[in-house]
Amino acid sequence: MAFYRAHVLVCKGTGCNASGSSSVFDALGEEIRKRGLDQEVALVETGCHGMCEMGPIVVIYPEGSLYCRVSVDDVPEIVEEHLYKGRLVHRLLYTTPDRKVKVPRYRDIPFYSKQHRIALRNCGYINPDNIEEYIARDGYAALAKALTSMKPEEVLSEVKTSGLRGRGGGGFPTGLKWEFCRKAQGDKKYVICNADEGDPGAFMDRSILEGDPHAIIEGMTLGAYAMGADEGYIYCRAEYPLAIKRLVGAITHAEEFGLIGDNVMDTDFSFHLHIKEGAGAFVCGEETALLASIEGERGMPRPRPPFPANKGLWGKPSNINNVETWANVPNIIRNGGSWYASIGTEKSKGTKVFALTGKVNNTGLVEVPMGTTIRDIVFDMGGGILKDRKFKAVQIGGPSGGCLTEEHLDLPVDYESLTAAGAIMGSGGLVVMDEDTCMVDVAKFFLEFTQRESCGKCVPCREGTKQMLLILEKITSGKGRMEDLKILEDLAIMVKEMSLCGLGQTAPNPVLTTLRYFRDEYETHIRDKKCPAKACSALISYLIDPEKCKKCGLCARNCPVKCISGDRNTPYEIDQEKCIKCGTCLEVCPFQAVFKE
Amino acid sequence: MSPKKPETEERTKQIVAPWKGTHGGTIPVLQEVQKEFGYLPEDALMVISREMKIPPSELFGVATFYAQFHLNPRGRHIVRVCRGTACHVRGSLAILDKIKKVLQIEENGTTEDLRYTLEPVACLGACGLAPVMMVDEETHGRLTPDKVMEILGSYE
Repeated sequence: MAFYRAHVLVCKGTGCNASGSSSVFDALGEEIRKRGLDQEVALVETGCHGMCEMGPIVVIYPEGSLYCRVSVDDVPEIVEEHLYKGRLVHRLLYTTPDRKVKVPRYRDIPFYSKQHRIALRNCGYINPDNIEEYIARDGYAALAKALTSMKPEEVLSEVKTSGLRGRGGGGFPTGLKWEFCRKAQGDKKYVICNADEGDPGAFMDRSILEGDPHAIIEGMTLGAYAMGADEGYIYCRAEYPLAIKRLVGAITHAEEFGLIGDNVMDTDFSFHLHIKEGAGAFVCGEETALLASIEGERGMPRPRPPFPANKGLWGKPSNINNVETWANVPNIIRNGGSWYASIGTEKSKGTKVFALTGKVNNTGLVEVPMGTTIRDIVFDMGGGILKDRKFKAVQIGGPSGGCLTEEHLDLPVDYESLTAAGAIMGSGGLVVMDEDTCMVDVAKFFLEFTQRESCGKCVPCREGTKQMLLILEKITSGKGRMEDLKILEDLAIMVKEMSLCGLGQTAPNPVLTTLRYFRDEYETHIRDKKCPAKACSALISYLIDPEKCKKCGLCARNCPVKCISGDRNTPYEIDQEKCIKCGTCLEVCPFQAVFKE
Repeated sequence: MSPKKPETEERTKQIVAPWKGTHGGTIPVLQEVQKEFGYLPEDALMVISREMKIPPSELFGVATFYAQFHLNPRGRHIVRVCRGTACHVRGSLAILDKIKKVLQIEENGTTEDLRYTLEPVACLGACGLAPVMMVDEETHGRLTPDKVMEILGSYE
């Protein structure tokens, strides 16, 4: 095997790729060859590092220096300075938003130093297309341990001891779920990976699928061994083409290595794994809907019981877990259930990956022990609010979750505390909002989503979300009445209590939490016909400050409805009757003379 | 614009063949047929129905349930503007409006020259780069209304 004195890791996850990491990768390869370093420096393509905001990301080992937003033009300097002369390229190092300090080492960046990576341990560290790199990181060691020295019951009992709970949103104890499936009568059983990550604002599953596909395969194989299944499906959404490509490659490699397929590692245990591409329906994240979709039907949920553990795919006992849940399993078997249970809080064990997005400086993925506070995540790791604005709320758990306020910043994040506050863990999306975000608009946004994605099978969800949305539209367009709030609340509770599946049961959460914590904003919309955050277009007007206006006429030329008048001598003015509030004038004005009120 | 009936039927039959008699083939078959023709032509659906012994009503039910399937021809380039939460908070509506205005199409509409089809999607899972859009299989992030038109121009 060749010996390399340095490894250059380039993130080729979807985020960095969109920022141009492919051309950076090629340029690095070219430059390294040109300088004759290709025998001593290895160039590796990796999955997601998590700090997508700073992409394309390049990490160089052994130093562990992380370079941010690397462009093709930076490549000669990196090769010349870092690889040739052994000096850091300071201008590309991460700078803390608060103290303006350059951080030379990857691990010292607050975004990373506070993380505890278990599910993401290999993401950004190995080449996901190379099974040997996964194996070098103790990959498939858990499977070998289980198949050679553990009975299926023992694997199951380790998972129970670990306290692992479903990471897709429900938080149901994984060990218990496995036990139901193991005990179910049937000659044929299935294990299924739910990779239909549909929550807007969540992308941890995508990163694991793209960055460490073997972790999922190994986790599922362990699950199959524990439950007595011999076949598995990964249901992945079609919007993730790279994830599907990596999975296909990983399954092929694992088969070649005898790690899945017939007689795994020369034992009696066999396990066959398939990929099913989703076809674009959010409700398919619900497990019974997902099963219907694999079977080729419309993805509609059905009442439970019978639970999939007894009657699942094609009527056979089946176990469905989410991507992040499966990725935790090999670690639990390798290190033991009690190791995992030593991390986290009393009832929520282990770690959780959060997708930190919205108006925060460092967007990306963070994996933290359960019980970490929102303040730690948003301010320490996230680096605070964009442009130093004021924190207003954080939306947690996607369309099924809720909005939490400043008073919740010190809340330790675990399943129980979030539920008590009216939100849910959900898949772990954390969308940060500042004072420019209108909470009524946010509630409307989520309801538009759930209303559109409602499959239409049960009446409370189909009709209830529609009526709720109509009320919110009335309020944001200034036609709301005070009594609407009561109707909205009643409807929300009805939909929550009466819907068939998780989609409907949680759809009212964004409305209920914003009504609970931001009721005054609703009232201002109704009573004063004003949107305090100046986001609801029907309730704002665009005006031009005659003091600041330099009479350049740019706004008038760009106005699509020609409602701005003025000339060299008269300050420009907007005709409020004709204005369609598109905001073009504000966007084009070079002197910030246009403002919203 | 649509392909000729006998050709459509012939090609569809080839796609269906390996899936005949298996269970769970409906969605993969529809996906492959759509990949072939860019949408699901009625002629193809009738062939699938006959060959796979699925009533047309049921097949139509499946095809219209999922956002991915289309019953009408689409543009050469599919522009998917992300309307997820993170993108919403960072201004994706302005991106969508700009594209609608310049291309003169509505959501899910196709330009007359069949160059672009505009499809808002719930979330592309690239929230770290919000606002985001995908043109065909390429993801573009940190968009501004001006940048968008420049990007679209590069797709012929």
